[in-house]
Amino acid sequence: MRPPVVELRGIVKAFPGVVANAGIDLAIAPGEVLALLGENGAGKSTLMQVLAGLYRPDAGTILIDGAPADLRSPGDAIARGIGMVHQHFRLVESFTVTENVLLGWGQPRFLLRPATDHARVAQIAAAHGLAVEPRAAVRQLSVGERQRVEILKMLYRDARVLVLDEPTAVLTPQEVAPLFAAVRRIVADGRAVVFISHKLDEVLAIADRIVVLRAGRVAGEVRPGQTTARALARLMVGHEVDRPPRPAAAPGATVLELRGVDATGDHGRRVLHAISLTVRAGEIVGVAGVAGNGQRELAEVVAGLRPPSAGEVRLDGAGIGHLDPRARWRLGVAYVPEDRLAEGLVGAFPLTENAVLRDYARPPVGRGPLFDRAAARARAAAIVERFQVRAPHVDVTVRHLSGGNQQRLLVGRETWRSPRVLVAMHPTRGLDVDATAAVHRLLLGLRAQGVAVLLLSESLDELFALADRIVVLHRGRVAGERPAATATREEIGLLMAGAGP
Amino acid sequence: MTPDQLVALLAAAVTAGAPLIYAGVGETLAERSGVLNLGVEGVMLVGAVCGFAVAVASGDPWLGALAALGAGALLAAGYALLTVTLGTEQVTTGLALALYGTGLSAFLGKPLIGVPNPAPFRAFPVPGLAELPVLGPILFRQDALVYLSYGLALAAWWWLARTKPGLHLRACGENPEAADAMGVNVAAMRYGAVIAGGALAGLAGAYLSLAYTPAWTENMTGGLGWIAIALVIFSTWNPLRLLAGAYLFGAVDALGFRVQLLGVETSSILLRMLPYLFTLAVLVVITVARRQASVPAALGRPYFREE
Amino acid sequence: MSTGAAARPLAQPARAEAPVWVDAVGVRAGSIVAALAVGAIFLAATGHDPVHAYREMVVGAFGSSFAVEQTLVKAIPLSLAGLGVALAFTMGLWNVGAEGQLAVGALAASWLALSAGALPAAVMLPGLLLLGALGGAAWALTPAVLRAYAGVSEIISTLMLNYVALLWVDYLVFGAWADPTAFSFPYSRRFPDSARLPLLYGDVHLGALIALAAAAGLAVLLGRTRWGYEIRTIGASPAAARYAGIPVRRRILLVMAASGALAGLAGAGEVSGVIHRIQQGLSPGYGFTAIIVAWVAQLRPWAVVLVAVLFAALLNGGFVIQTAGVPAAIAYMLQAMILTFVLAGEYLLRRLRRRRAVAAARALAAP
Repeated sequence: MRPPVVELRGIVKAFPGVVANAGIDLAIAPGEVLALLGENGAGKSTLMQVLAGLYRPDAGTILIDGAPADLRSPGDAIARGIGMVHQHFRLVESFTVTENVLLGWGQPRFLLRPATDHARVAQIAAAHGLAVEPRAAVRQLSVGERQRVEILKMLYRDARVLVLDEPTAVLTPQEVAPLFAAVRRIVADGRAVVFISHKLDEVLAIADRIVVLRAGRVAGEVRPGQTTARALARLMVGHEVDRPPRPAAAPGATVLELRGVDATGDHGRRVLHAISLTVRAGEIVGVAGVAGNGQRELAEVVAGLRPPSAGEVRLDGAGIGHLDPRARWRLGVAYVPEDRLAEGLVGAFPLTENAVLRDYARPPVGRGPLFDRAAARARAAAIVERFQVRAPHVDVTVRHLSGGNQQRLLVGRETWRSPRVLVAMHPTRGLDVDATAAVHRLLLGLRAQGVAVLLLSESLDELFALADRIVVLHRGRVAGERPAATATREEIGLLMAGAGP
Repeated sequence: MTPDQLVALLAAAVTAGAPLIYAGVGETLAERSGVLNLGVEGVMLVGAVCGFAVAVASGDPWLGALAALGAGALLAAGYALLTVTLGTEQVTTGLALALYGTGLSAFLGKPLIGVPNPAPFRAFPVPGLAELPVLGPILFRQDALVYLSYGLALAAWWWLARTKPGLHLRACGENPEAADAMGVNVAAMRYGAVIAGGALAGLAGAYLSLAYTPAWTENMTGGLGWIAIALVIFSTWNPLRLLAGAYLFGAVDALGFRVQLLGVETSSILLRMLPYLFTLAVLVVITVARRQASVPAALGRPYFREE
Repeated sequence: MSTGAAARPLAQPARAEAPVWVDAVGVRAGSIVAALAVGAIFLAATGHDPVHAYREMVVGAFGSSFAVEQTLVKAIPLSLAGLGVALAFTMGLWNVGAEGQLAVGALAASWLALSAGALPAAVMLPGLLLLGALGGAAWALTPAVLRAYAGVSEIISTLMLNYVALLWVDYLVFGAWADPTAFSFPYSRRFPDSARLPLLYGDVHLGALIALAAAAGLAVLLGRTRWGYEIRTIGASPAAARYAGIPVRRRILLVMAASGALAGLAGAGEVSGVIHRIQQGLSPGYGFTAIIVAWVAQLRPWAVVLVAVLFAALLNGGFVIQTAGVPAAIAYMLQAMILTFVLAGEYLLRRLRRRRAVAAARALAAP
């Protein structure tokens, strides 16, 4: 390996509630494609955002060409030759390609000359084999084209290190090959490319060197020729863990059924394709999948917040696909959304009012036009007691509760009247070990009571601990389904990564 | 209406449009950078009173204009401190600024009421151009500040469309995250735009007290600041369209007076409703036809890079 | 940034917070003091004696029964419009059109007074108030529909309609309703006696009771009814409102209409309780000041009434103080400064709390 152009030593970065990078060393050499592999939450993006000047590390140093560098802003990083293409593009929709490329640090310094500028951008794009139309407005470009603009922004400034954060997450299969070809051309120039991904097959295809992150630390470093997908999957997700004993499943009749469900995402593209799955009473069906593969939309379809564009949603055999969230609640569909503080709860409200968000319009809380505050407090107190929500008093503002207690409140409210179905999305995100265990106990308790639970989670640990069956979503389709008792982590990891057996 | 009367009307429209151009261009710059400033009326009034005071004391209207620029810039700097650095709610803060400016100008202007202006800006013909048929009397027999206003709108357009700093300014108003990621100092750009906007609003006010009226009376802007805000929307944040819109609105104003002379008194008031109704119509069209392309996407939202 | 359970989580930092209301009252009290202090410096800098000025203002606002009456009279429209604005803001609707809604309410009431003068007071007075409310509500409904069904910004639409409404008043008082003896001064004929709101105490008219009733009604609505719960939820978290199945569009129409109705009542009160005619400049910016009142009162109904009285006192005191050579405009400046300090204080508080929370997490993160 040639002398590294960038070295990261001992990088630590923490956010409220979680340590994203717990002391990471990494070297990036010129002319190589370095893959940074790991599950969601492993710390890959955070580490690169530190390098790109978006975050200041809490500890550790960054060396560029052997000398320590203090990167205080993205502008600093770009000036030093480090460019990052984020997962969520940072493009100005109403500008042209050229305007987006020119935006920021670099030439020209003052005067814009449209004809000259367009030509210059076209020239640099051609030199790197990136097909773009400089005069086009970004708003009209496809996702693949936008990505090319993002890459072009960095090449225009002669970036020596180009970081691509999950670049294929938003591409169609046909667009991946041209991207790889562009990456090869870029490193042939002597630049370095850091390729952040969770997709094993792609990483094996493109990388010269692979570094695997897990839980904020480096779990291993290998070369593609010396490893297999299975070995990588094990590095990524960890070893088998003893599962705590759990009563045997005794599932009853099918409660929730999805048949051939399609759904459209927020940006107008189809995001769920022909999803069919069933959840029976007294079982937990886990949905595995990396973020962005349709989990949120699936949860919303079941909860009533997103109408399916095709297919059926049935509860106890009856179609509910046309019903709104309130009607579904009344039929027994409960939903714990992933954004507990902005969607499932109202952060600015006291505990009392959050406790009745679903039931405020019906007795005992809703009496005619009135809102019976005393009844609301009684309900809140009951939830607090049954679910052991630790709060100083029942009028505390929910935003000030710890995440664990917020979640207990939310789950408590949703399951107060024994729903038929509970959809829980990332229910332990951001919670500490104790709170996570408490939520797990709650879910297992519901299972014992005969509730049909649909659990969507990013954590394989969690899914293996709780689920009876695991369904894997990949690119909006069911990639596979396995009984949790006999499935292995590698198997599920491969399905999640789109590299089915 | 005779041709002579029409020419006189158009010349009056140009004169009436000048303060709208100054205030409107200023507000366009601020809003294009992402900051909504509803306090224009108050800043104009403070500019008017400061300009007047300095002009009377010094005998030089240009010093007055300069003072108005400075006063407007100072007020706007305070506004920027609140909205950009502290991130306060822009609608409410803007209204506070309007109220404060109105009050401050009335307070400072008490001793100036009824004081004659010894040195106002006077109209003078541009040699050569003033003799042109039709355009000559309309455009080239105005005072110095009107002549400057022609250039201002063009300069603002050029700055926004053809310079790198202008590109950066527009980016701050459309997608500050994108601008920040590429090394643009979003806060500095917004400060600059807001302060420039305030200075120009101050100058707009001074135009009234130093050229248009020219004297100081309380609340002499009479809602012109609000019309300027409406004008910015009406012209879809484009300084060239603003020029046209300002003269259109100025013509409506000038027409109002003349209609009175022609004996049709009350309908002049209905005419004055037109700028506001036009603006509302344009806003509805922009929003419903989803040409929200025109509205700076980040307008009104404070930006903080999450650390 | 993803924070899945795969990352090592921290123990949650202890959250000891002062009760929220202490902060709120503290910020407001501090803002008033700060504004008065800055005002004092300003007065001194411009050659006036601040102590003398403030004392005269207090006397002018509360020092005699006449002064108290005048303060209360001004507080009535500020309260009513302030309550309307507070209601809209509670739901996240930026109704800056209170001035126009007030004017249209006044217009509607005046129409009845001027065209149906033969009606007995028992019919006329409720009619005036009803029409005032309906007029204001109607004026607010267009922006409401545009916002609910087309997503058009209510800030601009209500703002523009303000000026249309004020010009409409001009149009009528210079034209069809002009007082024939007024020699084209901008006011209408005098209202008949049946159209005058009865007086309760000195010059304080029935509107005071209406304002108090409105405050009570709003407090009950927001705190004790289902609609109030829904309104507050939509304002606090539109995502949660959708999650809970609240019909947001219908509530937008309802709330904007109610907001306009309150401002319209303020207008009706002014023309039938104070001026007894309609005229240009019937409101010295009550609709705009109401926005500031609502904000300083943190949108709480009873606080709105209190702040309205405070701001009315400032207005009255400012008016009186002119005889001492201090321009009345000092009142506007003080009002604006109070709001500015409140805004700055609120946001500084929030940023401070957030920085403390992040710093606490970082401290616990040290490996």
